[in-house]
Amino acid sequence: MREKVKPEEMAEANERAPACSTCFEVPIGPIHPALKEGIRFTFWIEGERIRKVDIRPGFMHRGIEFMGTKRNLIQVLYLAERICGICSISHPLAIVQAVEQAAGIEVPPRAQYIRVIIGELERIHSHLLWAGVAAHELGFDTLLHYVWKVREPVLDLLEDLTGNRINYAIPIYGGVRRDVPPEKYPVLKNALRYYRSLVDDFVNFFLRDPSIEARTRGVGVLTREEADSLCAVGPTARASGLRKDVRQDWPYFAYPDLGVRAITPEDMGLEVQGDVYDRIVVRLLEVVQSIEIIERCLEEMPDGEIIAFPKVAALLAHLKKAEGEGIGRHEAPRGEVIHYIRLQADEEAPVVWKVKAPTYSNLMPWYPMFRDQEIADIPIVAASIDPCICCMERVQIVRGGREETLWKEQLLELSWAKTRRIVRGLGPSHVTRRASRGGADERR
Amino acid sequence: MIFKALFLQLFTRPVTNRFPAKYMPKSVLGFLAKVEEGKARLVPPVPVTEGFRGKIAYDREKCIGCQMCIRVCPARVIEFKPEEKKIRMYVARCTYCAQCVDVCPVGALARSREFLLADYDRFAPNLVVE
Ligand code: SF4
Ligand code: SF4
Repeated sequence: MREKVKPEEMAEANERAPACSTCFEVPIGPIHPALKEGIRFTFWIEGERIRKVDIRPGFMHRGIEFMGTKRNLIQVLYLAERICGICSISHPLAIVQAVEQAAGIEVPPRAQYIRVIIGELERIHSHLLWAGVAAHELGFDTLLHYVWKVREPVLDLLEDLTGNRINYAIPIYGGVRRDVPPEKYPVLKNALRYYRSLVDDFVNFFLRDPSIEARTRGVGVLTREEADSLCAVGPTARASGLRKDVRQDWPYFAYPDLGVRAITPEDMGLEVQGDVYDRIVVRLLEVVQSIEIIERCLEEMPDGEIIAFPKVAALLAHLKKAEGEGIGRHEAPRGEVIHYIRLQADEEAPVVWKVKAPTYSNLMPWYPMFRDQEIADIPIVAASIDPCICCMERVQIVRGGREETLWKEQLLELSWAKTRRIVRGLGPSHVTRRASRGGADERR
Repeated sequence: MIFKALFLQLFTRPVTNRFPAKYMPKSVLGFLAKVEEGKARLVPPVPVTEGFRGKIAYDREKCIGCQMCIRVCPARVIEFKPEEKKIRMYVARCTYCAQCVDVCPVGALARSREFLLADYDRFAPNLVVE
């Protein structure tokens, strides 16, 4: 882990002497062929080994939360869907929970099951996508093409159920927009059977392949303690032996009835090592787990309503009256995603909307993972947490055309200044309100 | 090991659909022009499913100009024409969420299965619905 340094020292870290006298400093990114998204790594390298790493995110910020505070909640829902192209149902599922909590909306049970079904289908396609990317990073393109070929049926299925391969536009506050009618069950079951039949192949191709094992065993190790103290989430945490899963720890939707248990490599009878290999194991087991969950959903799904407000106009009116705050969490394929929302009466747009994507929690675990690895392992270690940089970028301060990042000290200073303002009797409301809407400009 | 699967793959049909032609034409536009003239054959795209959310179809006669669709549209696709009390949609901005279809009180909007909408001009006749 990176030693504790003061923010201003951290800023100078790149200019300072390298971590060891024989180290070379190798910057990778923000734009680099090996990276799919913009993030900058600085590696201090001794021979072939990485001795120290620094990570600088902040190149991909899109200002989505700010845009959200300019739109009504129905529009925000589709904006949330576009935070991530792969977890394109995870963000809506988190924000609907937050808004339903804030506005006190009851969701019919059938809708809860449908949300689970689509969410788990997404997990299958996302994990398959990751498996392909991982194979590609290892130089195993045959496997990439094979995996992405077998990923097509689940996308077709999603298109059949929702109307599109990605960006399903299914959840809405108070339910789901489209039913999964009983006529569709056979198609769904067929697809599940197909994936079940592939599991053996996957075990053979990935886990029993000597070259994959040689490239991933003991590479990018994250110990259980590190995963715990650095707050890793999702498969990254579970591969280190941490039984941590929102579906298990804070069940929501239909998950309390389904009794999901977090998966670790132990479930396959392996000793937990917390390396890239274990992350493959966990994702593979999770595909099987998702298949089982969907099968159970199909059996246990009750009949009935799928939406609390069949008329969108009534929903809009209800949301406009609503006041309060809510938090929604969902176990996305990459880990826990959290949405926080604050609503105010007579206000169509949310006053505050805060998103935490799973990759945000999985950035810090990169530090121990990279330590003492070889340069050639950088791509697979970086890919092993299944990073989604765009979704993760949440803070970028632009003031007077100049981009700057707030360190902890400055944030504290801002916070103290705000307390002083309140104490001086200026009142919090208009200040917070404008600050949350207009960004830092008005804060000073 | 993967060799068995690879060997079997030799005898199965590729999953890739060779759209729009089996081999990449020198100029796609030239090829499409030839298709129009009937000199070449288009390999059709993979058909979309029954409930596909494609380009939104607008029934001008039914529309009462209530502007509800404008209120919910996340991408600000729809513009109101006050003189006629009708709407105009710029399809190039559309995200195909079909929320406008859900909200329209008179059913003037519907999702269609049309999806081949790429164009060089975002104001092409096919992309502006009135
Ligand atoms: S489909 Fe969605 S984005 Fe397109 S016009 Fe309708 S509401 Fe707007
Ligand atoms: S919601 Fe329907 S009736 Fe109202 S303006 Fe839009 S298309 Fe016309």
